[in-house]
Amino acid sequence: MKKSTSKFVYDLIIIGSGPAGLTASIYASRYKMRNLVLGKQAGGTIGLAHKVENYPGFVSISGLELMQKMEVQVERLGAEVFYDPAEDIKKTAEGFFQVTTDLGKSYLGKTLILATGTTRRKLGIPGEEEFLGRGVSYCTTCDAPFFKGKTVALVGGSDGAVSGAVHTAEFARKVYLIYRKDKLRAEPIWVEQAIANPRIKTIYNTNVLKIEGDKVVRKVMLDRPHEDSRELTLDGVFIEIGGIPGTSLAKIIKVALNEAGFVKVDQQMRTNVAGIFAAGDLTDFRPTFQQVVTVQAMGAVAAASAYQYLRKEQAPLQRGA
Amino acid sequence: MLILNDENFNKEVEEADLPVLVDFFAVWCGPCQMAGPVIEELAKEYEGKLKVGKLDIDQNPEIAKKHQVMSIPTVLIFKQGEEIKRSVGFPGKEGYRKLIEEAI
Repeated sequence: MKKSTSKFVYDLIIIGSGPAGLTASIYASRYKMRNLVLGKQAGGTIGLAHKVENYPGFVSISGLELMQKMEVQVERLGAEVFYDPAEDIKKTAEGFFQVTTDLGKSYLGKTLILATGTTRRKLGIPGEEEFLGRGVSYCTTCDAPFFKGKTVALVGGSDGAVSGAVHTAEFARKVYLIYRKDKLRAEPIWVEQAIANPRIKTIYNTNVLKIEGDKVVRKVMLDRPHEDSRELTLDGVFIEIGGIPGTSLAKIIKVALNEAGFVKVDQQMRTNVAGIFAAGDLTDFRPTFQQVVTVQAMGAVAAASAYQYLRKEQAPLQRGA
Repeated sequence: MLILNDENFNKEVEEADLPVLVDFFAVWCGPCQMAGPVIEELAKEYEGKLKVGKLDIDQNPEIAKKHQVMSIPTVLIFKQGEEIKRSVGFPGKEGYRKLIEEAI
């Protein structure tokens, strides 16, 4: 009568390997929940930050190094992290969640935490796609060193943009920080550094309309003149204008989103689907403040909620299984 | 996997009989650290059909510059010395597989 799949069933599968997902795993492991983390990008968004200087306990650390430390802790507590992103989720007849990955593997879990963060927002202007990797970049830590002695623009005004400008100015001769509003919204400590840096020139109230070049980027067109010209000659354009929530998996399994496209959660990080929780940048809990410490709190709460959920679902039969 | 540099690039890539996949990377780049092992697996899988090498752009800026590689990870596939495919960023194993399938 039954399919003879004696396949292992995790108590919890965490989808996403940023600070929300890894923190959820740390808490889940300490609750003795067998859990698995499926990641797409090591360390998530913060893994690309060149310097994190507001994470308590570390005066200054790179995003990648901080996340590597969290991963060590996750693995030491017995959980596994696979960099094999989830592609599909189904509910099985037995009531488990079946997660299928990029490499075609499938895993079963009694509960899920969605911690898939955000993917980078694009400007959506001519030249952006055409010159990707030929002067257009979304990662200052990866690509700033290519622009040694060159001139670049950095589009955006958030923490990521302004700290990215400071990092890029270690290499580039000139960095135009172009922002659509009249005031940068990054932490004042980053704003101060950018303003004090003679290589960084901030252009406010301005949008980039077009990126032009031949084989590589040569210039951008602005929507208003800067020093009498709407044309800005340069060698590269970094785009740091935030993220859009990574909710393609949430949609597959009918997890409800808010109008802006973020996963709706309650204070226990529960979604509308029983057994599915969410934490981090993809939730509607975060929209104005994306910080490692805030998403970690969400991850911890989500793990605790998944634990409570499992206790109710299967107590007292399979405890400690 | 073949280690490419400014010196051996011409011989190993431009004069190769098989199509050649080149992984442009740097040690400081997070996404490159994810792409590396995936490319190594694919190199084994496609042995005999595709030659695979990697090039550290820090040590070998000339080749990166010549091929307008200004973002990492970038993967280029060459056939008879001509670039026929380009992938910027880390597209996952299936993303690379698709690129390879289209090229060989």
